[in-house]
Amino acid sequence: MPDSPLLTAAAVALIAMAVAVVVGLGLKVLRSFRDLGTDAERATYHTLHAASQAGQHLRRGLNPAGAAKASRQLRTLLACEAFAITDTTGVLAWDGAAEELKPELMRLAEGVLAGGRTAVLPAGRPTGPGGAPRDGTGGPLAAVIAPVRAGTRVVGAVAAFAPSAGAGLVRATGEVADWVAVQVELAELDASRTLLMEAEVRALRAQISPHFIYNSLNAIASFINTDPARARELVVEFADFTRYSFRRHGDFTTLAEELRCIDRYLLLERARFGERVQVSLRVAPEVLSTVIPFLSLQPLVENAVRHGLEAKEGPGHISISANDAGAFAEVTIEDDGVGMDPAQLQSVLAGHTDGEHVGLRNVDARLRQVYGNDHGLVIDTAPGEGTLITMRVPKSQPGNDA
Amino acid sequence: MNPGVAIAALAVVSVATAVIGFYGLRISRTTGDFYVASRTVRPWWNASAIGGEYLSAASFLGVAGLILLSGTDALWFPVGYTAGYLMLLLFVAAPLRRSGAYTIPDFTEARLDSRAVRKVTSLVVVLVGWLYIVPQLHGAALTIRITTGLPSWVGSVAVVIVVCLTVVAGGMRSITFVQAFQYWLKLTALAVPILFIIFMLAGNGTPALSPPAVNPTNLAPAGLYQNVSLLVALLFGTLGLPHVLVRFYTNPDGQSARRTTLIVLGLLSVFYLFPTAYGLVGRMFAPGLARANQADAMVLLLPGELVGGAAGDLLSACVVAGAFAAFLSTTSGLVVSLAGVISQDVLGAGVGGFRLAAVISIVVPLGFALMTDSLALAGSVGLVFAFTASTVCPVLLLGIWWRGLTDAGAIAGMVTGGVLCGGAMIAGSVGGANNLAPWLAQPAAWTVPAAFAVMVMVSRATVQRVPKTMPRVMTRLHTPERPLATER
Repeated sequence: MPDSPLLTAAAVALIAMAVAVVVGLGLKVLRSFRDLGTDAERATYHTLHAASQAGQHLRRGLNPAGAAKASRQLRTLLACEAFAITDTTGVLAWDGAAEELKPELMRLAEGVLAGGRTAVLPAGRPTGPGGAPRDGTGGPLAAVIAPVRAGTRVVGAVAAFAPSAGAGLVRATGEVADWVAVQVELAELDASRTLLMEAEVRALRAQISPHFIYNSLNAIASFINTDPARARELVVEFADFTRYSFRRHGDFTTLAEELRCIDRYLLLERARFGERVQVSLRVAPEVLSTVIPFLSLQPLVENAVRHGLEAKEGPGHISISANDAGAFAEVTIEDDGVGMDPAQLQSVLAGHTDGEHVGLRNVDARLRQVYGNDHGLVIDTAPGEGTLITMRVPKSQPGNDA
Repeated sequence: MNPGVAIAALAVVSVATAVIGFYGLRISRTTGDFYVASRTVRPWWNASAIGGEYLSAASFLGVAGLILLSGTDALWFPVGYTAGYLMLLLFVAAPLRRSGAYTIPDFTEARLDSRAVRKVTSLVVVLVGWLYIVPQLHGAALTIRITTGLPSWVGSVAVVIVVCLTVVAGGMRSITFVQAFQYWLKLTALAVPILFIIFMLAGNGTPALSPPAVNPTNLAPAGLYQNVSLLVALLFGTLGLPHVLVRFYTNPDGQSARRTTLIVLGLLSVFYLFPTAYGLVGRMFAPGLARANQADAMVLLLPGELVGGAAGDLLSACVVAGAFAAFLSTTSGLVVSLAGVISQDVLGAGVGGFRLAAVISIVVPLGFALMTDSLALAGSVGLVFAFTASTVCPVLLLGIWWRGLTDAGAIAGMVTGGVLCGGAMIAGSVGGANNLAPWLAQPAAWTVPAAFAVMVMVSRATVQRVPKTMPRVMTRLHTPERPLATER
């Protein structure tokens, strides 16, 4: 017996796998024998199931890939020989027999697209150079073409081909067209929601606070006579800071860049507060190249200075740390200032009240927009107890360029 | 050798690793040092860190053992381990860094725009990591057994406990500097004893016991196929190692990723001089070790054998410490990157998830290591490289350099490579390592081309699945970042 422990391990794994397969198959077989209700119930189920499947494919609007998958479902739903979806300019998808008719369809649908009324073309009626439509066995095909109306516009048409165009098929095709229209409208809604979200992110894109400009310029002014060299230095820092925060390109930056910006910001604040502001920094170098939303940390530091330390007597301490936490980078900003009332903070973050801490709300909203609801700011605070703000962003952001 | 000295050395390394993990480099800086703190990691540091994480039990113990056994044939191992970075430098380093992806599954998902590919890649990466941890634990077991006389499992369990403690307790925060330190520690621990031995032997003119050209166990030289296959495995395998690629993320941009890789090449070349020297000295002055079936422990035993006395004990302790540092650093690097993948793709993100994932990612290989016996260390790590080369590497290379790759192709190729290479590995371990046909013992030469071929063919057959995002992703991978001067 060569190497028996390994053999045992392999055997155990194999048996476990076999058991899993058998159990899985068994469950599947069992499910297929389960009582699935009356014929009517089953028909309802199948219809709704096909519709919801097709609906998913049409969620991105009328495009060839989605339409192709959806028409397969819709053709079985209508039980017709062939089914096609067009937009206003061309055939998007054709499923089923008589595909040689595809080039003809746009001509047939012309009236429907222009007039917005369902057209019924009886079987055997010559439709052009191709002759009458024929099914797979050579029999003639009738066509029902119904417009897809989103709002008041006709955005496309659906066409069903069957040996005969009874009232049932006409009505059903009309309903399918309306259903497709609802999906298209939903898709448009989706698209405009995305646009809205993007616009919101743009609007939220942080701006440096007017208070800060005013205070900094005043602080610099006070140095012009007493310490011109320092004043000059501060003006240069101020220029660099504004250059960074006014930059137009990109909604993202790296943690390293943002820290540099905070450095300048604190230099200017210290010109005003002197030694009252003490800062310590602990940054894991691994996370320095992490991509974060542009100006997402500076407002947090500004919040710590303005609401945490300004109102406090004596020196205050801010500590900034950035840690490597698995697939995430975790940035915390802590101050030992006056703190905030959690209830009030909550209502600010929820957007109910304006006033102080708007910067926090702005950052929080942007983080949620970009990374999802799990990635909002986590704020631990109480009146008189200081504030600890934690921000967690995924390290991997292939979609976002710094 | 004296077990007390060995235990002391082990304890010092373990405690030092744990302490550095807990408190390490939590140096607070004041505002004045802001600029220093926000400066990204230098390529030199990063390269040392990669070296520290990469040089595992196989390199520290296995290579010397193989050279002792089979002479120049075994030199292909250090050559391949190092030259893999050349491939990384040429084909992967910069584009992967530019992709912004943090792990290999992140990359494949972004490139192919598919969740399914992500799942398969994650599975493969976890398998690779587990397979790679097992030889580390074997190495630890061997070291403990040889140097202290304690039962083998103590070594594996000790490594697992130290790694668990440091990773789970939220340590290893600033892992780059810890790993960089590990490289230099390993280099010193290996270099000092062998230099001492060489100078001593040269000084007192000890005559060689056997000529270096003769294999001590009369092992037949490897055929051309085996050498080629091994090289294929090592060259392409390095491209897909999860713990190495994660390190590249620390580079600020593609260019510094390339520079880092270049330095890694140099560092590894220097390092591998020493296992080779051990092997050669062993062949000439202590061929008995090979016959006693202790080739893998040769690095540990050589100082005691040739120097002896208190000096020999001290030198042995030095090597033992280095070896343990190798197990700990490679294992913890692997556990951190595996835990990232597992917690993200299986458990859902979160701190608790990460800890649980870390435990999972080390306990499973521990079970496997306890159930199996250690094969030749360098050989079993070579097999892991073959597995990586047949699964992850084709996705990376084709994903970066071929516009036509599709998700279906990627999955088919990875599954093909994984099944073929995994099958060969299982057949190898079931059938016994000695009486194995060369094409089963070294499968890379046919599994890697097979994986590439399947990937290309299935992608060709599913052209319509080329993701719409492909042009944008490819542009991002291959165009240099904005020059930093424009964004102050």
